[in-house]
Amino acid sequence: MKLTLGPVLFYWQRQSIMDFYADMAQQPLDVIYMGETVCSKRRALSLDDWTGLAREVREASGAEVVLSGLTLIEAASELGVLRRLCENGEIKVEANDMAAVQFLTAQGVEFVGGPALNIYNAFTLDELVRRGMSRWVPPVECSADLLSALMQQAREHDIRLPEIEVFAWGHLPLAYSARCFTARAENLAKDDCGFICQNYPDGIPMTTQEGQVLFTLNGIQTMSGGVSNLLAEYPRMQAMGIDALRLSPRSTDMAEIIQQFDQVRRGGTPPLALDGCNGYWHGEPGMLTVEEVGLC
Amino acid sequence: MQLVCPAGSLPALKAAVRQGADAVYTGFRDDTNARHFAGLNFTDKQLEAGLELIRQQGRKLFIAVNTYALPDGWARWQRAVDRAADLGADALIAADPGILAYASRRHPRLPLHLSVQGSATNAAALRFYHEQYGIARTVLPRVLSLAQVRQVAASSPVPVEVFAFGSLCIMAEGRCHLSSYVTGQSPNLCGVCSPASAVRWSEEEDGLTSRLNDVLIDRYQAGEAAGYPTLCKGRFMVHGKRFHALEEPTSLNTMELIPQLSEIGVVAVKIEGRQRSPAYVEQVVGVWRKALDRYRRDPHNFAVEPAWNQVLGNVSEGSQTTLGAYHRAWQ
Repeated sequence: MKLTLGPVLFYWQRQSIMDFYADMAQQPLDVIYMGETVCSKRRALSLDDWTGLAREVREASGAEVVLSGLTLIEAASELGVLRRLCENGEIKVEANDMAAVQFLTAQGVEFVGGPALNIYNAFTLDELVRRGMSRWVPPVECSADLLSALMQQAREHDIRLPEIEVFAWGHLPLAYSARCFTARAENLAKDDCGFICQNYPDGIPMTTQEGQVLFTLNGIQTMSGGVSNLLAEYPRMQAMGIDALRLSPRSTDMAEIIQQFDQVRRGGTPPLALDGCNGYWHGEPGMLTVEEVGLC
Repeated sequence: MQLVCPAGSLPALKAAVRQGADAVYTGFRDDTNARHFAGLNFTDKQLEAGLELIRQQGRKLFIAVNTYALPDGWARWQRAVDRAADLGADALIAADPGILAYASRRHPRLPLHLSVQGSATNAAALRFYHEQYGIARTVLPRVLSLAQVRQVAASSPVPVEVFAFGSLCIMAEGRCHLSSYVTGQSPNLCGVCSPASAVRWSEEEDGLTSRLNDVLIDRYQAGEAAGYPTLCKGRFMVHGKRFHALEEPTSLNTMELIPQLSEIGVVAVKIEGRQRSPAYVEQVVGVWRKALDRYRRDPHNFAVEPAWNQVLGNVSEGSQTTLGAYHRAWQ
């Protein structure tokens, strides 16, 4: 199975981004996604900077690089940048909005469908595959059973499956809003945010009044409080025919996470139980941690 | 502007028609629509009765099949589309590209409206749905400022409908998994958000508490008004402070924007609330009809009557309303 590095969902300082990718280029990764998917105000790197960095990372790592597009598009200026991204003519793009699908289809190029596209059945998948989607990251709320049923449905109807990449590690991107919750937490107006989210390289934890970690605030994006971790599910995913696992960047010790997955990929024994949540994969509320019964 | 009104039952549909709805939108009694609540929605017989009234009165019926189809439920979604077409609905409201593709091929004369659950916030996305499936209208998510609505309306290949009043989704519709993260049931797949079956109220030592699948959403002191524990409207802790970290209990009310929305070229305004009572529909549709009629008669001197706002405030969450994302400062 391929190991992929998802786009950095948080807002980091320019130098941190550069240092991170210099490190990641040395890791056993097959695909590296880069670019801003959350907030167009985050401009530590311009589109040209991202494209240049992607070329460097490709050169240094030998991995496939993909540029990920913005998810929630609200302004005409954002649409203009997305269009330029899709028309870069060189590097594959991950579409996180149907606007990107429209631009990429017009270009006649292959693309990756990101987890923010709502594809839950094989007929809908086919709508995108026939237009060039060569790899697909299912919505994070999809269970293993739903994915299996979709793959079965595709086989029954002669629908060609793209590569399937499962979001296997990291805070799950759950929601997108017009409102910036980081600015709200800091009593700042969104239009005058001062890029405050750079102070929180792994987002801001939001807990209940009883101290239960519930969500992670990341600008206009709301993420899971817990880290989703599907490493223990590696054998099942392999048996299902999943092609790739996405690991979503965090600011520290990312190399360690990648190595844990790589070891299992190379035949190491997957852990029986893990920290983090995996409820979605088991068809349960996403926040839950479901332990396989009978394995221990 | 067309006034598009919700009906979760035959009495609500009748109330909407009586109060002057130009169009009524409904769903079938299953998970093919985004208001899949117990006891809500229409059997075929009820819908036929409602449609007869709508035809008599010269109004329109839109049917929502606007959740995302599950692999093993595909036939159910197909049937829902077929039933809407067979009934002669004036439009099908749908979000799933697979469903839109099916409807456009199988029922080419059935007008398609892209549901708000389709999350299309820009002209390029709308061009995709228009070119591929021939959508005739779109419903814009409640995440755009008024200036952005203007931009999208000006460059969209299809007319736009916007939300006028009702519960306020603060997340982009179709792009919110908060409910399934906590309860396992999501708007996209189950047609519910923060479902009643997961709600638990209890008197605890620290006051009245509301929980969703055991997660504490809010806790109220004596005398504090308690609202339905929708996930995004609870009080949570951030940086050690307790507050409505995402949004307060409040409803969207854009009545004062009627002149701007009309001038922008918005073709229809939508009242949210298929899950609400016939009395809610009666009151809200009534004042919106009056406001739109007042604007049409005298567009230059339009002002919202305090009595209308009073009616809307009374049926709003937390008895308060907001312009939401239409007003930049809210964001």
